[in-house]
Amino acid sequence: MKKKWNCFQKVGFSLVALIGVSAALAACSGDKKEDEVTTGEKSSGNEPQTIRLVAANHPWTEAIMPMLPDFEKETGITVKVDSYFEDQLSQKTSVEFAANAKSIDVVLFRPLQDGKQFEKNGYFASLNDYVSQEGNSTDDFVPSALGSVKNGDNLYGLPVVTESTVLYYRKDILEKAGLQPPKTLDELKEQAEKLSDPQNGLYGFVARGKRSPAVTQFSSFLYSHGADFMEDGQATLNTPEAIQAFEYYGGLLKDYGPPGTLNMSWPEAMAVFTQGKAVFYTDASALYTNATDPSKSGVAEEVGFAPFPAGPGGNKVAAPPAWAIAIGANSEKKDAAWQFVKWVTSKDIVLDLQADGITGALTSVWEMPEGVAHFPEDLTEAIVENNKHGVPYDRPAIINVGEARDAIGDVINAAIEGKDVKAAADKSNAAFQAILDKE
Amino acid sequence: MLYWIDKNVKWIYPLPAVLFVGLMMIFPIGYTFWLSFHEWSMSNITPPLWVALDNYMSLFKDELFRESLWITFYFTVVAVGVQTVLGILLALLMNKHIIGKGLVKTLFLLPMIATPVAVGLVWVLIYEPNVGVANIFLQALGLPVQEWLASPDLVIPSLILIDVWEWTPMIALIVLAGLVSLPKDPYEAAIVDGASGFQVFWNITLPLLKPAIYSAVLLRLIDALKTFDIIYATTQGGPGTSSQTLNIYGYVLGFQYFQIGKASALLMVFFAIVLSLSILVISLRKKAGAAL
Repeated sequence: MKKKWNCFQKVGFSLVALIGVSAALAACSGDKKEDEVTTGEKSSGNEPQTIRLVAANHPWTEAIMPMLPDFEKETGITVKVDSYFEDQLSQKTSVEFAANAKSIDVVLFRPLQDGKQFEKNGYFASLNDYVSQEGNSTDDFVPSALGSVKNGDNLYGLPVVTESTVLYYRKDILEKAGLQPPKTLDELKEQAEKLSDPQNGLYGFVARGKRSPAVTQFSSFLYSHGADFMEDGQATLNTPEAIQAFEYYGGLLKDYGPPGTLNMSWPEAMAVFTQGKAVFYTDASALYTNATDPSKSGVAEEVGFAPFPAGPGGNKVAAPPAWAIAIGANSEKKDAAWQFVKWVTSKDIVLDLQADGITGALTSVWEMPEGVAHFPEDLTEAIVENNKHGVPYDRPAIINVGEARDAIGDVINAAIEGKDVKAAADKSNAAFQAILDKE
Repeated sequence: MLYWIDKNVKWIYPLPAVLFVGLMMIFPIGYTFWLSFHEWSMSNITPPLWVALDNYMSLFKDELFRESLWITFYFTVVAVGVQTVLGILLALLMNKHIIGKGLVKTLFLLPMIATPVAVGLVWVLIYEPNVGVANIFLQALGLPVQEWLASPDLVIPSLILIDVWEWTPMIALIVLAGLVSLPKDPYEAAIVDGASGFQVFWNITLPLLKPAIYSAVLLRLIDALKTFDIIYATTQGGPGTSSQTLNIYGYVLGFQYFQIGKASALLMVFFAIVLSLSILVISLRKKAGAAL
C-alpha cells in the first residue's frame, strides 16, 4: 500500500509541476515584502523609498541603469530593476499582476503586445490625474505612439521607445560588388542572390524566422506587398497579396538565409549578422547599437542602414511605439512611481537616452540637432524616411496578440520550410478569424 | 487530555504530512479540475465563467492537442526505450571489476545533477547550426551538417539525445543496485551446467532484474512524459509546434494565451494519462514480483 501511495504522490507532482512554474515565478518577488513594510507609506517628502521597475533586457533598460543614481540623489527614491527577456517579461508581469501582487511599481511593457490585455484586466494605474496635475504635458509625445497607450480618455502609460523596420547591410560587401543599397524588394532579392556565398559562410539575407517573434518584422513585408493582417474585423492572411508577401519573406530566408532560421529571434539573427555571416538583415531600428558597438559586433565599422525597401504595394513600413512605461494598479508607492515615470520621460533624460542610441518618443527631441547627433547619419535618414510612410502597428492590434502571432507565424514557418503557403495561410486565416470573433 | 492524545496518537503524528499533501497536492488538482469547467482569462475583473464540458470538447477538436499528444508519446517511448537498453548495458559494465570504477560512477552522475535549464543552454550551443560542436563533429566525419533543433524533423530526436544523455545514468544506477543484490546460487548452477555468457544474462540476470528495471522505467516514464525544462530551455516548443509536448502546450495555453480553462482541461487529461500509465507499470511490476 505504501508503494502505491508513493506512486500517487509522484503522479500528483506531475500535475503540480505546471502550477509550480507560476509559483516559482511569483516567489522571486518574495523579498520585496520587507521594503513594503518599511517604506509602504505614501510618499510625502524625502524619506527613503524603494520602487521596483520590472523591465526588459533592452537597450533602453541598459541605458537607464547608469542614470539611476542621479534620480536617487534628486528624489531620494531608490529604483530596483528586474529585467527579463521580452516574452518572459510578458509572462512574469501577467502572472504577478493576476495574483494581485503589490510588488510591481513601475513596469516596462509593449503597448502593442500586452497593452490591451493588461488594461482590460485593470493591471495599470490611470495616469490621467498625475498628468493633469502637471498641466497636461503630453503634447510633446509622438501622437501615434501616445495613441497606443490610451483607452478612450484613459491614459495608462507613456511611450518611451519607438522603432521602425530598417535594412541593415554590409557597406564593404556592397561597395566591392559595386552595388547601391536596394530601394525595392525586387532589388533586395536580386542582390541577396548575387552576394550569397554559403560555401564561404556568407549568406545573402538573415531575419527572424521563429514563429512568434518573426511576425513583427515580417509585417513591413506584408504592408509593402499591399496586404495587412485584417480589415474591418475580417482576417486577411490569405489574400493573394499576403500570400505573395509570405512567399517572398520565407523564400529569402529559405534560399539565401543561414541554416537554422526557424529558431531565430532577433538575438540569434543579429548574431549571424554581427559575425559577418550575412549581407542584409531587416529588423527594428531600436536594436542598431548591437550592430554598431564594436564590443558586440565584429563588423561594427561596416554596417550601413537604409530605409525599408518599397514593395509591389508601395512604400509602407511598420513604425510602431515599441515600449511604454506604466504604474502598477496595486502599487502602494504610486506617487514615487510617478516621479520616476515623469523623470524618465522628461525631455532632458530622453535627450540623454537618444545620445545613447535609444529612439525615443518625444517630437521635440527628434527635432533638436543634438537629439539625433549620436545616431549614424544613414540610420537617422532611414528612420525619418520610414516615418513618412509608417504604419503605427507591427502586429494585429487586438487583445489576444500572442495567439494571433502564433497563427501568423505558422504561415511564415511554412514558407521558410518551402511548404504549401496557400494551405497554411488558409488554415491560419481561419484560426485568426476565430480569435477576432471571440473579441 | 493526555489520555486523549495517547489514544489518538496514530492520527496526530501523520497530521502534518496529511495537511501537506492536502494543501500541496489535492487542492491544486481539485482547483485545476474545477477550473477545467470554466472559461477564464486570469483576469481580476471577469470571474471564471461556467462552461461545463466546452473546454474538453474544444480540446478533442483541437489539431494541436492531437499533435502534442503524439509528440509526447513519440518522445517518451523512444527516450525511455533507448535509456533502458543503454542503462542496463551500462550497469552490467559497471558491475565488472574495472579500474577507476568509483570515478566512472561519479562521472556518470554529473549529467543528472546539473540544472536542466543549464543543460538545455549548453546543448543549444552544441546544436547551433552555424558554429555548434555537433556540426563540426559531423563535418570531421565527412557527414552533411544538420539543423538539429531548428529542423522540424530532427528536433525530437535531438531532444531525445539530450534526455538520454542526462537520464541514462539513473537507470544504470537503479539496475546496478539490483545487480549487486542478486543471489549467487543460480549463477554457480549455470556455470556447472555450462551455460554461455549470453544465456546466463538472458535466462538468469534479466528475469531476476525485472523488478529493478520496472522501477527504473516507471520513474523515467513519468518524468519523461512531463518533461518541460529541457524542451522549454532549448526550443520553447519550436520550430513552429514541432516539439510542443502536452506540458508545453498546457503552458502556452495557460500563460501565453490566457485560456486557463482549456489549459486546465488539458492538464486533467494529461493527469489521467500519466496516472493510468503508472498503474499499468505498477501492476506489471507486481507480476514480476516486488522484490525491490
